[in-house]
Amino acid sequence: MTLSALLPTRKPWFWSFAAAFAAWGMLVLFLQGRGADEAVTASLAFAAFFVIVGLGQMMVITLGPGNIDLSIPATITLAAVVAMRVMGGEDANIPLGVLAALGCGVAVGLFNNVLIHLLRMPPIIATLSASFLIQSAAISYGRGLQVRPPQALQDFATARLYGVPVNAVCAVLLAAVVGVVLARTVYGRSVLAVGQNPRAAWLAGVRVGLVRSATYVLCAVFAALCGVLLAGFSGGASLDMGQEYLLASIAVVVIGGCSVAGGRANVPGIWGASLFLFLLVSMLNSMGLGAGFRLVLTGLIIIAVITLAGGEPAQR
Amino acid sequence: MTSRTVITLSGVAKSFGAVKALTGVDLALQSGECLGLVGHNGAGKSTLMNVLAGTLAPDGGRLMIDGTLLDRSYSVFRAHALGVRCVFQELSLCGNLTVAENTRVFHPHLRGFGWKKRSAALIGAMLDDIFPGHGIAPGTPVSELSIAQRQMVEIARAFTVTDTPLRFVILDEPTSSLDASRAGQLLSFVRRQVAAGIGVILISHMLHEILETADRVVIMRDGRVVAVDAASAYDREGLVVAMGGLAHHQAQAREARAANGAEIRVRAERGSAFTARAGEIVGLGGLAAHGQTDLLLSVFRAAQRRTAGVSVSGTVAMVAGDRQRDGVFPLWSIKQNIGVRSLKAARRGLLIDPDRENRLAEEWRTRIGIRAPDLDLGILSLSGGNQQKALFARALGSDAQIILMDDPMRGVDVQTKREVYRLIRDEADRGRTFLWYTTEMEELYECDRVYVFRNGAISADLGQGQLTEERILQASF
Repeated sequence: MTLSALLPTRKPWFWSFAAAFAAWGMLVLFLQGRGADEAVTASLAFAAFFVIVGLGQMMVITLGPGNIDLSIPATITLAAVVAMRVMGGEDANIPLGVLAALGCGVAVGLFNNVLIHLLRMPPIIATLSASFLIQSAAISYGRGLQVRPPQALQDFATARLYGVPVNAVCAVLLAAVVGVVLARTVYGRSVLAVGQNPRAAWLAGVRVGLVRSATYVLCAVFAALCGVLLAGFSGGASLDMGQEYLLASIAVVVIGGCSVAGGRANVPGIWGASLFLFLLVSMLNSMGLGAGFRLVLTGLIIIAVITLAGGEPAQR
Repeated sequence: MTSRTVITLSGVAKSFGAVKALTGVDLALQSGECLGLVGHNGAGKSTLMNVLAGTLAPDGGRLMIDGTLLDRSYSVFRAHALGVRCVFQELSLCGNLTVAENTRVFHPHLRGFGWKKRSAALIGAMLDDIFPGHGIAPGTPVSELSIAQRQMVEIARAFTVTDTPLRFVILDEPTSSLDASRAGQLLSFVRRQVAAGIGVILISHMLHEILETADRVVIMRDGRVVAVDAASAYDREGLVVAMGGLAHHQAQAREARAANGAEIRVRAERGSAFTARAGEIVGLGGLAAHGQTDLLLSVFRAAQRRTAGVSVSGTVAMVAGDRQRDGVFPLWSIKQNIGVRSLKAARRGLLIDPDRENRLAEEWRTRIGIRAPDLDLGILSLSGGNQQKALFARALGSDAQIILMDDPMRGVDVQTKREVYRLIRDEADRGRTFLWYTTEMEELYECDRVYVFRNGAISADLGQGQLTEERILQASF
């Protein structure tokens, strides 16, 4: 009996979890066994943010070739800035602030839709140019003020439930909901159908334009949610807080085993890939490597994982 | 020119997962001969041709060309170098490239300054030779061509010659999108090529084409060859019997159905009035790509939102003819492909109920006879004809009152066609309306009323009693 017969290597999420596990093992090795469990908790807490934006990006990429949302970092920043200012540090204003942030997400999603569908711009250009406008809005609205998050939000974002970070619990729940939506709702099936063949989807009665629009809005709302949690987690909004989430959101989709050509999503894979991405960086940090070398290794390792995981079974 | 054996297949086997497509095929192919290959959907015809063309590696058996045993390194490139070409049923042209550029893809030899011009001249001359008056400019992107034109380009490209010799051509359902006159041009071209010493394998469900064109006939059933004989030994009924079907004489004249009083579901204007009533089967005839598909699409659009000039009352569903482009979701299972049009109906509360989805797919698997061991297998594990059945199941299993059919019998065998005709008739009796575009005369006889199209307009409106082949042809040209 070979290894591949014992392990579910054919499942598309397997490789991302295997990679995350390997990165964790390396990290523990370097720490000589100290802090193995803390590494797990920290990676859960940080990976949760990757998961939230990754799920949105996954839905968009699943819509098929050419679909991508590059406005995620700017949306995170804008939503965080708006939420912090609306809350003004007061616990009582938290619901209003969260609503305002999610409202920003909806607005950004609708704006992207205007560019993509009404002005017929390719999504890559539309969302990139939108992100400049969104980022500028965040800068002018924030006016460089650093507003502390309300205590209750800060407590929530950093709280632990039986040792598990609460934001990780939220991300798991969100992932479960997205999984059910994809498999068991008309909207989810429509996304998968459009991603495989938009013309056939149209002829099968799918309202292709509506499905695409809804998905861009959904992605922006997830980014906004990530922005609020991130601001609560890291003690306030800053103008470059979304920066690392552009590449991360795309990387977790690809490493997670979703089809870059669209039509195939993979929710568990997003979690595996997010954990891997965080643990990889921690591992390289703990090895004491310089920033340049760390980036090179990150790139090479990501390429290696995608090559390994990319072996989709050949179809006729 | 004397014939000699060029290719020998012995014991060739191939499975796709649980589906055994070929279970040991022995066959000898000769130069200067047209071999007709017939069999039901899923008999293994296309798989066998893919093995021969080098696009699929067989699981077992031997393939010999010119007495040389070909091992696993046999590939499309080797096949091409040895002079074996294949026109696939699922057309293989790149939509974003022009006709001339697609020709260049086939001929790496066309390089250097002016290759586009030479490539255009090569394909243009071949199209002129096979299909005089084809009207295809070599500079046109393939995506802008109709499916019939794409099929013509695909065929012509296979016969073009530059540096490698042309010895053997496989034509897999070459006439499935062509109307009768284009098909006739192709078949007489095939006879000329055979006379010049080229070997041709012709796969077709139009049995008269096989009987008129082929020298020998090979009959396949369940993944093996069950009979090989001279074409003159068979007639149409003989072939049907040998394929495992029941001998069945031409459809009896049906009693005229009283649809006149029923509610009008579709009203449109194409030069003259077009109407379709509840319970009526309306045929759209004429030469390929003369506005029939266009009418179907505008009816489909009008059912979604108000459209000027077309009024539709009722829900619609489409059965695609160009299944790769308009029908199949390649990553999904057979079940999901059937259920996609009925997602809303399969809901219980907000969520899709897997039981209802299963029941729908199982019901239609039996009603339309999809040959698959398991409906959770990928749709691409099915043969072309069985994929087409799944598309029928998708439309017929939905809540649609009006079914639009865009030449949907491409690659469907005789037996299945008869089953589907009966199914359509039953569904029409229950009040469903069918708009049926077809390039096959036989199918127009199944209709209650036929509109013949020419250059985008209706050129004849024939009721059941007035329907003759002669009249349809007259109105087509």
